[in-house]
Amino acid sequence: MANLTAPPRIDLQDLQLDDARALLKHDARNSEQEAGESPTDYLQRVIDGLCELSLKDPLTGLGNRRHFCSVLERSIESVARSGESVLLLLLDIDHFKSINDKHGHMAGDQVLQAVASCLAHCVRPMDTVARYGGEEFAIILPNCRPLFGRAVAERIRQTVASLSIPVAPLQNIQTTISIGGAYAPEWVRSTADLWIERADLQLYRAKSNGRDQIRLEQPQELSVSAEEKGLLFGNLDMNEMVALEAASGDTPPNAADKATNRVNA
Amino acid sequence: MNDLLTPTADSQDTAKVPLKPLGKVLAVTSGKGGVGKTFVSANLAAALVKRGYKVLVLDADLGLANLDVVLNLYPKITLHDVFTGKAKLEEAILPAPGGFSVLLAGSGMVEYSRLTTEVRNEFLRIISGLVPHYDVVLLDTGAGISDVVLFAVSLASEVLMVATPEPTSLTDAYATIKVLVGQQQRQTVRVIINQSARPGSGQAITHQLQQVLDRFVVTERPIRLIHMGDIPVDPEVRQAVMRRQLMMQTTPGCPAGLAISHIAGALEKSVIPKPT
Ligand SMILES: Nc1ncnc2c1ncn2[C@@H]1O[C@H](COP(=O)(O)OP(=O)(O)OP(=O)(O)O)[C@@H](O)[C@H]1O
Ligand SMILES: [Mg+2]
Repeated sequence: MANLTAPPRIDLQDLQLDDARALLKHDARNSEQEAGESPTDYLQRVIDGLCELSLKDPLTGLGNRRHFCSVLERSIESVARSGESVLLLLLDIDHFKSINDKHGHMAGDQVLQAVASCLAHCVRPMDTVARYGGEEFAIILPNCRPLFGRAVAERIRQTVASLSIPVAPLQNIQTTISIGGAYAPEWVRSTADLWIERADLQLYRAKSNGRDQIRLEQPQELSVSAEEKGLLFGNLDMNEMVALEAASGDTPPNAADKATNRVNA
Repeated sequence: MNDLLTPTADSQDTAKVPLKPLGKVLAVTSGKGGVGKTFVSANLAAALVKRGYKVLVLDADLGLANLDVVLNLYPKITLHDVFTGKAKLEEAILPAPGGFSVLLAGSGMVEYSRLTTEVRNEFLRIISGLVPHYDVVLLDTGAGISDVVLFAVSLASEVLMVATPEPTSLTDAYATIKVLVGQQQRQTVRVIINQSARPGSGQAITHQLQQVLDRFVVTERPIRLIHMGDIPVDPEVRQAVMRRQLMMQTTPGCPAGLAISHIAGALEKSVIPKPT
């Protein structure tokens, strides 16, 4: 029986752990075997540390793209199973290139770090903030109802815009971000690529519409267009409508007068 | 396991799953809140009992339905105890005034109003446990298209959409139907127009909803709305609530009572096999 044989003895001397140790040390971790720590426990700690490193963006300390993708995949599973409402936001620092050009790359890095830490503070512990690319970030917000999505994104945008980021002695700069977002289609097992693409399209719209703003894809099924509403009430007879208005105090779209009331015909 | 309730990894399949002759699960739902779902559920249950059916109403609004208030029942053991494993399903089922059975959520259920896998599985387990014992299981759901509501509706073989003629209620009903078509591939939704202003106006409203759906919602197989009936505004409804009595029991001959009996008759003809 396999589980009755003694576990293979690990001899740390046989392993080449120098690179791993150096990586962990570089990340300011205790990379040496501690007194009384068994070889197995020590190896486990090294592996855990490396796993964590492999998911982290070194500059900002946020999750990296690999981490982001794995969380996104898991979210798709839970959305498909539970219908949970999950929002993906893609955020991009506006005119980042000109910050680099004007103030130098060190300043650029400082802006990235400041924005990253600001984002991390803007969200709930259950949310995932990651550095997605150069000056692009991503946030995954589980349990985020469509009603709240815009408010959350708006708070993030404003908080970043209010930052005063020190880049040199006596020199602080300000920056803005554009945000695009999309919900995973509830109950549907979509793909990460499609989801990112939809959020990215919204980010593109936010950028091309003048930056420093938010574009969220409307969860499609929820919306009832003006045209649909017009048709919905258009043919109900006027007596009914008058009775309704009187009863409910709720003014229906003036469908009897469609031609003059169309705003975007 | 019951065919109707085999776990729905993709809930869109639910509508296509063959129905179990043992019992029918009907979801009573609405786009907007406060349009009379709970009133319809309780009184329709009583009307079906009069026709000889064995009926259970399940508070699928997780304690916000006020079904307990409408029925004047305040049980010690509720759905909450079943969910948390403190009681068996049978222990939580109560006889209600109209001759039907009821499973009340209990106040603690609010914390389950997020649809986790746990809640989903418990719901499935409970409903599949109930179905074999009743001719009809009515789900009194919450309003709108929250995940719990959609999930509860996905378990039902038939959807009864309650709407009032107010534009806000109609718009929300329309939006909800769109979601049911899109996400669950529903092909029929049964419409009840409650608090109608004039007799017969409900039919026109359902017809109008159908026309807008035909025009704006493109699906492989078209969605069909079936008008089940209108219920007029009736002071007896409020009176009954004030007296903590079930309208169908105290004043079944009032206009709203007659309308509900009529809907029960229509259900008998179309969806619920005659009890044997
Ligand atoms: N036909 C009617 N005539 C008069 N009053 C009515 C009628 N239908 C419902 N009501 C009243 O409207 C109120 C709301 O009804 P009810 O609680 O059944 O709505 P609901 O859709 O279940 O609400 P919720 O979305 O909060 O669960 C109740 O006070 C009820 O008595
Ligand atoms: Mg209710």
